[in-house]
Amino acid sequence: MVGSMHTANETQILTEPVARLIEEFSRLPGIGPKTASRLTFFMLRAPDEAARSLAEALIALKQQVHFCARCYFIAQGELCVVCTSPARDQRLICVVEEPLDVVAIERTGVFRGLYHVLHGRIAPLEGMNREDIYFDELLDRVRTEPVEEVILATNPNLEGEATAFHLQRALAPLGVRITRLARGLPTGGDLEWADPGTLSSALEGRREL
Amino acid sequence: MRDRVYRTEAVIIRRSDVGEADRVLTILTPLGKQRVVARGARKISSRLAGHIELFTHATLMLAIGRNLHIVTQSNPLERFDRLRTDLERIGAAYYAAELVDRLVEEADENRRAFALLLATLRSLDAGAAADLTLRAYELHLLDALGYRPQLHICAVCGELLTESTDRFSASAGGAVCPRCAIADRQAPPMSLPAFKLLRYLQAQPPEIAGDLRISPATRAEAERLMRAYLHQILERDLRSLAFLEDVRLTQHLAEPDHADTTGMRRFAQGDNDDSN
Repeated sequence: MVGSMHTANETQILTEPVARLIEEFSRLPGIGPKTASRLTFFMLRAPDEAARSLAEALIALKQQVHFCARCYFIAQGELCVVCTSPARDQRLICVVEEPLDVVAIERTGVFRGLYHVLHGRIAPLEGMNREDIYFDELLDRVRTEPVEEVILATNPNLEGEATAFHLQRALAPLGVRITRLARGLPTGGDLEWADPGTLSSALEGRREL
Repeated sequence: MRDRVYRTEAVIIRRSDVGEADRVLTILTPLGKQRVVARGARKISSRLAGHIELFTHATLMLAIGRNLHIVTQSNPLERFDRLRTDLERIGAAYYAAELVDRLVEEADENRRAFALLLATLRSLDAGAAADLTLRAYELHLLDALGYRPQLHICAVCGELLTESTDRFSASAGGAVCPRCAIADRQAPPMSLPAFKLLRYLQAQPPEIAGDLRISPATRAEAERLMRAYLHQILERDLRSLAFLEDVRLTQHLAEPDHADTTGMRRFAQGDNDDSN
């Protein structure tokens, strides 16, 4: 964002620090000017300690956390906790779009392999292509690490699928097993409301009970 | 006064994420391009999500919102599932969607543009040669929007073009006759087969494009000419071109000597055949 979102007059009424914080907040994803103002006035009324601890948390975040040199998940050292854990299966790599997807999969507690975070997906209409994500880095890992299976866990939408197809094509000559997350019905859902795409993949991927 | 809720037929041509779990869709309807919001569509439990994938042709129920109208229901008419399982076709669909998105303004009624996009998605889904399908789409879409390239009379002097035509000037707006070509040294050469291909595609209904038997070199040339022409109008290349090119490159790496099963192997790759 270039320039101020407030007119000179508004900045005068709001005072410069308030206008500035509103502007900083509204840079955050999913936060518009109204929410930004509300957050700002909340911080204004909150005890000094709350503001200080928020500021410190932000600085610590940028100083102490970066992306793992191997899988690009968040890490405090050079490598992330998953990559440094001796308990993880080094033959399995699960490829996801975002760091938060790792958190979601870890929450299941079922997966014992490693990850590879692409930091995006191929979305031509947004100008995201192969070189804008950690795509070739994955190929390098498969070439140099003892990988036997790559699980493509990109999102089950068109961009995620296109990214998975693209990866599959690039990985195929490297001789690893390539799998894709199954697609099916969400727990707690009603069949009646399922879209035809999900329902047909659920039928195709049905299992013996 | 309008109803608070209304129904429209639409193709989803673009999608972006906003807020916690919402999506903004750009839809093409017979009444023009429009941006609408689908609340909560990124949640895995969303009932809407599967019905508003990119390129889906659907009947949408829209509620009038303060800013963007809100998608309340989607009833898919065509999903184009085959298209979605093939990278080249996904790339071609991206290209088709991006082109119409760039050329059509919001709320600018154009039933022909809508019909053309649908016909193109159908052809791509049915397995027609993607590059020829796109060339026909480009030519007809340009026509529908008032950017028809001149292929019958000289774009400079208006004289009827003959088979001796061998230049195509994007800046002049189409093919130029040999006399005008001497004056315009910038105009790139155009072979007779490419000239004939473009003329034929412009004159025939777009659906026939996929059935034509055309040499890879001519297809590649037609693509270059159309790209130059579109570049002139749009003032830059479409973003999906990078994707299409990337797909072509990796395809060559991944399956060096496979049979031509999909009809897509030679996707406008004139000078790069399977013989190596």
